[in-house]
This record gives sequence, structure tokens and C-alpha cells, in this order.
Amino acid sequence: MKPAPFSYHPASSVKEVLDLLTELGPEARVLAGGQSLVPMMNFRVAQPAHLVDINPVVELDYLQAEDGRLAIGARTRQSALERSSAVAAQAPLLVEAVGHQAFPTVRHRGTVGGSLAHADPAAELSAAVLAMDGELVVTGPDGSRTVPALEFFQGPFETVVAPQELLTEIRVEAWPAGTGHAFLEFARAYHGFAVVGVAALVHLDGGQIARAAVSLCGVAGTPVRAAAAEERLVGRTPTPETLEEAAVAAADGLDPASDVQGSGAYRRKLARVFVRRALRLAVERANGGQS
Amino acid sequence: MTERLPVSMVVNGVPTVAEVEPRRSLVEFLREDLGLVGAHVGCEHGVCGTCTVLMNGESVRSCLMFTVQANGAEIQTVEGLAANGELHPLQEAFREKQGLQCGFCTPGMLLLALELLGENPHPTAAEVRQGIAGNLCRCTGYQFIIEAVLAAADRVPIVVGEPA
Repeated sequence: MKPAPFSYHPASSVKEVLDLLTELGPEARVLAGGQSLVPMMNFRVAQPAHLVDINPVVELDYLQAEDGRLAIGARTRQSALERSSAVAAQAPLLVEAVGHQAFPTVRHRGTVGGSLAHADPAAELSAAVLAMDGELVVTGPDGSRTVPALEFFQGPFETVVAPQELLTEIRVEAWPAGTGHAFLEFARAYHGFAVVGVAALVHLDGGQIARAAVSLCGVAGTPVRAAAAEERLVGRTPTPETLEEAAVAAADGLDPASDVQGSGAYRRKLARVFVRRALRLAVERANGGQS
Repeated sequence: MTERLPVSMVVNGVPTVAEVEPRRSLVEFLREDLGLVGAHVGCEHGVCGTCTVLMNGESVRSCLMFTVQANGAEIQTVEGLAANGELHPLQEAFREKQGLQCGFCTPGMLLLALELLGENPHPTAAEVRQGIAGNLCRCTGYQFIIEAVLAAADRVPIVVGEPA
């Protein structure tokens, strides 16, 4: 097994990447961690004529946390995100989600931006960024634009990033104190692809749910927000009945496809169970570990 | 396309220069150009882990890296474990505990275990089990592999990147 021949263009700055992408045209692909693209090339599912390697672009390797705003450079390794105490403090949902993405060896190379830009419908990080209402900075020859996560994902393996553009930064805002998070998933093998993954955030104020976010991966062509579940949570007391009602609402809003990993009906059932469990864990954590 | 690019890296402590096609994977380079056949070629798409090597002290799948991307890096393969004719304590433990059957997954398991013990010198059995979960043993000899890693952990401090 061997990839088709390609020409290799290591780039050391964002400007150089953009110049190369413009010059080489749509036959060029960006190579980040390569943990998804290279398998596709080995199988010759992908046969880019040119690879623009952004691994040397160290200006995109950063985690900046300030006043509850977290900015992540797109070339930041997933293992760096996972180990960051700043991210653990401000966006623990991202840490928990990325820990489900393959194995440590893969996360050493895999990048945060690469995972999002690859847009695998089962990707945990995508669902977590979506739950946090993250924003993605996409940079092209004419400058940068900021795209809400809800608009970023267009379909399976499809985003708003144009061939001459590069995803450069991921931004999320920390939720206030009194927030609990949870990322739970069902996979057929330990750390396998998510058959269903659920990201949940619950902010409690005076014993009531003041704010909630629920998103899922593996159940549609893109990660999805479960707005109907969120509506049933906000303003309510987090009783088991309330959480179950939200879980039912989340599952009812889904029409997952069937594949070798599981049927659509099975996925919908898993979604209900895992949304309920994720909400329960998030509420427990919002209460400081007390249920 | 016959474009060849110069690369330079340190493999098991030995400075190495070569010219390679951009599509040459690191594992092919190690095996076919350098004759280091310890890193095995299994699935060739990042699933089995038998091609695991350490790059700058971190485990990577050498079937998912192009050789040109390792330019300037330090690579350690299973050949770099034994020193002066002595097995590395991990290798010794694998031999004693029968941590291998057919041996195909062993190079990847050894390097992954080396990294694991470097980060967590006294893991529990469950932590070892999780730590090696990304590498497949098709003989399904996981139990003995876990016992071997635990036995090695009890013996000597493991330093990643240094021979025993």
C-alpha cells in the first residue's frame, strides 16, 4: 500500500500556506497531523497532487486563555490540548472529548484544527466545540472570517473552508462557575469511533438549570445540537424526570443513518440513554460532585 | 514523479542522511532504506500500532508519517532498546513473562510500553491495559503483555530515549 505520488511543500508560516494554496490550486491538500488524511492517501481514496505541510507552522501552535476566552491555534496537537491545565480549568469538556479521540499515539500527531477541518461526523471534538458555541477562524488570501461552529460543518467531511483557505484558530468561551460538563460515548471497542457521542454542559443557579447545551456526534452527517433538549432543561430543576424528558426530546429530533456500526433505530436509542447519562453527570459535577 | 528530497535525522543515536520520495512512509524508510526491520508494517492505516516508533521521545505511527516529515527528528526503534548485547529490562520482562507469541506486535508494544512507563513508572494493570489499547495483538496475548510491562515497572527506572 503506497500513496500516489505527490509533491511536498512544507510551509513555515500562515502566509506561506496561503500563498502555496493559491498557487497550487484545488489539487493541493493541507497536511496537518495526517492521522486521517494519510490513511486515505494510503488507500488512495485521496490522491492530492500537492501536500502543503503545516506541521512547521509553529505560529498556529498555541493555547491562550484570557478572561474566560480560550483561543486554540489550529496546529496545536490534540495531546497538548489534553494536557493543558488552562483548558482543563476553562473548557474541561474539550479535554474530556479529545480523550475519546483514538489513542495517545494518534493524539501526539493529530491536531485540533485538523480534526475539526476533517469534519468526520463521529468526531468527538467537533461535538464539544459545537456544544460550547465555539467560533472558528478561517483565513484566506483576503483575510480572516469567523464562523460559528453551527455553520462550520456542512456535511460529512465537508466544511465551509474553501480550497484556498486555512482553519487557523478555534475559540470557545468558558461557562461560569457552577457549570458541569460531560462527554460520554458508546463505541464498539475501547476508544473506537463513536457510534453515538454526547457533549453536555449544565449551568446551575439556585438549584435550577440556568443554561444548558447538548450536542451529539455519530448520529448525522454533521455534529448536531439538541436544541429541543436544551429547551426542556432551562428554567427547570434537574430532577431525573426532567433529564429523561430532555433525553427523549434529543433522541426524537434525530434520524440517524444505519451502517456497519449500528442501525439508525439503535443509534436513536443509544442517544436517549447517553444524553440522559451525560446530563446526570454534568449536573453532578455542577453540584461539585454531589448528585 | 521522481522528485527526491534530502532528509537528515538521528535514528537510534546514529546520524542518518538520505534522499527520499515525498510519499515514502517513515516505516518503509526505516525498513527498506536503513534495514531496520523491527518496526513492522501491519495495517498501513494507523489502526494496528505495530509500526509504532518514538519520534523525539513521543510514540508515533510510522505508517502515517512521511519520511520527509521526520527531517531533523530523533527516532527510536526497537533496535535501539538493547545495548551492549544486553536486552532492555522491558525486553527481558517480555521474554520472561511470555509477553509475545508470534512476535509481530512486539516492537510496537515495547515502544509503547517504554513511553507508558516513562510517563507513569508504576502503573496499575488497568492503566497498562488502557495504555496498550491502541496496539493490536492478533494472538490476543494481551494478558502476558500486561504482566510483562508490570514486571518491568517493578525493576528499574525507565528513561525514554536512553538505552538500558
